Amino acid sequence: MVTILSIISVSIIPFIITIILVHGYIKGVNLYDEFVEGAKGGFKTALKIMPYLIAIFVAIGIFKRSGAMGLFVNIISPITDILGVPKEVVPLIIMKPISGSGSLAVVKDIVTTYGPESFAGRVASTMMGSAETIFYTMAVYFGAVGIKDSRHTLPAALISHLAAVIASVLVCRVVF
Amino acid sequence: MINYIWFFLIITGIIVSLINGNVEVINTVVIQDTQEAVKFAIGLTGIMAVWLGLMNIAEKSGLIKAFARLLRPVTSFLFPNIPKDHPAISAIVMNMVTNMFGAGNSATALGLKAMEEMDKLNTNKKRATNAMCMFLVINMSSVQLVPLTVLKIRSDAGALNPTEIIGTSLIATTISTVVGIISAKLLQSGR
Repeated sequence: MVTILSIISVSIIPFIITIILVHGYIKGVNLYDEFVEGAKGGFKTALKIMPYLIAIFVAIGIFKRSGAMGLFVNIISPITDILGVPKEVVPLIIMKPISGSGSLAVVKDIVTTYGPESFAGRVASTMMGSAETIFYTMAVYFGAVGIKDSRHTLPAALISHLAAVIASVLVCRVVF
Repeated sequence: MINYIWFFLIITGIIVSLINGNVEVINTVVIQDTQEAVKFAIGLTGIMAVWLGLMNIAEKSGLIKAFARLLRPVTSFLFPNIPKDHPAISAIVMNMVTNMFGAGNSATALGLKAMEEMDKLNTNKKRATNAMCMFLVINMSSVQLVPLTVLKIRSDAGALNPTEIIGTSLIATTISTVVGIISAKLLQSGR
């Protein structure tokens, strides 16, 4: 099962490219010209999201490197205790919505410190595979189209994140 | 909202660094982390251009329309305000597929394309539409079928069975995505 999934993961992009090109060829599309025409937009989009990326990187960098993150984890851990979340995993719960590379580092730390087969290690690995970074995604995606009012996106995303946390703990408790 | 979070992250960071006596980390962030952001955006340019080029071909060949039609039952429930056959639908679906298979940067490129398409349908350009909110909520809770980096970390740490967490991740992510969709549907009011 896993090897099949790995193979699909590696070949999904070549697969999509082949389908698009072959279909375009059959329909008589001028492939090269249309590709170049579309590709022109790539640089524009990258430029557009750059200021948003920088804004987020700066805020997260300062929060993380200053030690404020660690402090925040200590404050929040009594709440997560009630939810039955292993204390070791709490940094990940805070980090996950904020930074993808940061949370990967946290997972690495948890897994190497407590072992991949420990409860904390399993919960952390499960959590990592089941959620995306919220603030970064929102800043970049909304930034790209100039949206200022994100409405219910953040509350819904945070509820979903909380569900991922609780589900990860419960599922690991049941399965392992 | 992001206004407050951004301010909070920076100010608490600076205050804590003052208390801890490591103010110099702020300089590191300003000088180094900003470079990372620029590098990332530049790196995204190439992938972005490839997908935008391919999407343009698919649009001209009619593939996008066919694809959108195929997935209409699902997408019309999630995004009732996007007209059928609209290019936004295919960009959304392709973002989800690439996300699922762990092609992060390609997913971002396609996701940005989806946002642009949805923005064409937006009457108030400063305000997110229901479709945008729903799309981002799904995007942020979406699953990676094979979380390669996590598996790598686990096997590096000497796990006997590094892949045992794939099943649990799938279950957890399904729950969180469903909760996210329900929350987004409940929290949206009007257009």
